[in-house]
Amino acid sequence: MATTKKPVAKKPAAKAPAKKPAAKPAAKKPAAKATAKKPAAKPAAAKKATAHTTWDTVQIARHPNRPLLIDYLAAWDPQANELHGDRLVADDPAMFAGLVNIGGERVVLVGHRKGRTTEEKIAYRFGMANPDGYRKAMRIMRLAEKFHLPIVTLVDTSGAFPGLDAEARGQAEAIAKNLADMSVLKAPIVVVVTGEGGSGGALGIAVGDRILMLEHAIYSVISPEGCASILWRDGHMAPQAAEALKLTSDWLKKLGLIDEIIPEPKGGAQNAPAKTIEDVKQAILKAIRELKKIPVEKLVEQRYAKFAAMGRFSD
Amino acid sequence: MAWFTKAPEAPLRVPTEALWNVCKKCGAYTPKDEYAANLKVCPVCGAHGRLSARERIALLADKGSFKEIAADVIAHDPLTFHDAKEAYAEKVAATREKTGIGESIVVGTATLDKIPVVLGAMDFRFMGGSLGSGTGERILQAAETARKLKCPLVLCTASGGARMQEGLVSLMQMAKTCAAIQRLRDEGLLYISVMTDPTTGGVSASFAMVGDLNIAEPKTLIGFAGRRVIETTIKQKLPPEFQTSEYLLEHGFLDKIVARKDLKAYLAKTIRFLTAAK
Ligand SMILES: [Zn+2]
Repeated sequence: MATTKKPVAKKPAAKAPAKKPAAKPAAKKPAAKATAKKPAAKPAAAKKATAHTTWDTVQIARHPNRPLLIDYLAAWDPQANELHGDRLVADDPAMFAGLVNIGGERVVLVGHRKGRTTEEKIAYRFGMANPDGYRKAMRIMRLAEKFHLPIVTLVDTSGAFPGLDAEARGQAEAIAKNLADMSVLKAPIVVVVTGEGGSGGALGIAVGDRILMLEHAIYSVISPEGCASILWRDGHMAPQAAEALKLTSDWLKKLGLIDEIIPEPKGGAQNAPAKTIEDVKQAILKAIRELKKIPVEKLVEQRYAKFAAMGRFSD
Repeated sequence: MAWFTKAPEAPLRVPTEALWNVCKKCGAYTPKDEYAANLKVCPVCGAHGRLSARERIALLADKGSFKEIAADVIAHDPLTFHDAKEAYAEKVAATREKTGIGESIVVGTATLDKIPVVLGAMDFRFMGGSLGSGTGERILQAAETARKLKCPLVLCTASGGARMQEGLVSLMQMAKTCAAIQRLRDEGLLYISVMTDPTTGGVSASFAMVGDLNIAEPKTLIGFAGRRVIETTIKQKLPPEFQTSEYLLEHGFLDKIVARKDLKAYLAKTIRFLTAAK
């Protein structure tokens, strides 16, 4: 156990945090030490040394002018061929699925759709998908397998929609099924976390061969607010929770959970959306080119090995 | 409860926690030994109390047949996580000591009514049965062992979901466990998920829901989002039966609800039918 709290910032401490085992069962007199470790406020020194805090990153990831799926699509392929419906009960507008041409590359694209105007936001349920959305995404991804196309998923959601109908129609089952099915899908899958990667609702379309993440996107098991209200018993402690959760791209790369960070313009993507949209495109194309060289059976094997290794620690 | 408080002058056996079980659903007092003999099921309302992993294994595995695997895989602290009150590493070490198990699931090989199986049981006492990296790795090893032995995998869940103290590492265990189970199923092997109270959040949205058969105990809480979160979001009260095993059965997500006393015989019968195991 480290005895000091590492500041989460642009530059994580050199030592890989992933290799650290929990205290051995024998180590059993924590009381005094625990208070010393209390991560009260961020040390002032750390604050000065970095451009911004983890909480700033959360704000950038949620910035109203941050490029959304609708912006990426408009720039990459205004003729994108959206496909609708899960063939069971509904078409979920919070999840986009369709055939898209990205820089000459024909791909199947799925992604969370948030709105920009109030009307859009409500219509797209703030990017929180229902089970129908996850099932639609899976149905369209199957087309990629059948017609030998790569899959690109754009992840930007605060989470799967918590609703009565969502539960009645099996939100848990829909996400679980996608995790299982995507793990063996015979097509290259490139995942890009562009904004908020909110827990199971994000992961439901985020099993892939290359996991890319925009520099100031966030990806977390729970929202900082949710974590704060449970573990700090105070939602206002969200900045502290955000830091403790290590939900930033630099930490996640270090933890081996993402493959590549796509740099953003200074201060965040909202300052130069067009450049960000182009940079994401180039990163996707590069990943697709690499993945296409790998026979698909081998790709599926590698995908399994990749996820199997996550959270595996050797003592 | 009232009968006791109303009669203070009567010579009483004091119903302390040590002697009595108080049902969380209906409040009925049952002597602890009687409650244990009834498999921790309330004799008044039928509520199924929580079993520890070891108790669950004793319920399903033939006596002396269980051999634990992956016992050396224990909880890790990849984030060096601290909340306002405590360090995760210390909490998890204390939990290990208290429960005597290394993670929120115990997995191993066993025979179930003489049928060789790989069996796993979650333990809600271990950080709310949450899905840590050790939990995920144990499940993966269980699935790979079942593949090697070509035998069925039975996992009994009891979990509040992902373990937020392990951050995104925990979330990824959802993908990892589903991938391991999918490989098993693709090889024609049987996976039975047995959901017990509670099975929610990231566990419901991963390995619990992808069984060839999804079984649950009666009146089990099963769901993805928390009741309060949903009520706040949709601004309406949810019906009392919402997110119970009965509700899930009605909506098509469970194959069967099986009472605890019948569980072992039901699993044996069904595994035999599907795999013609002797
Ligand atoms: Zn009762």
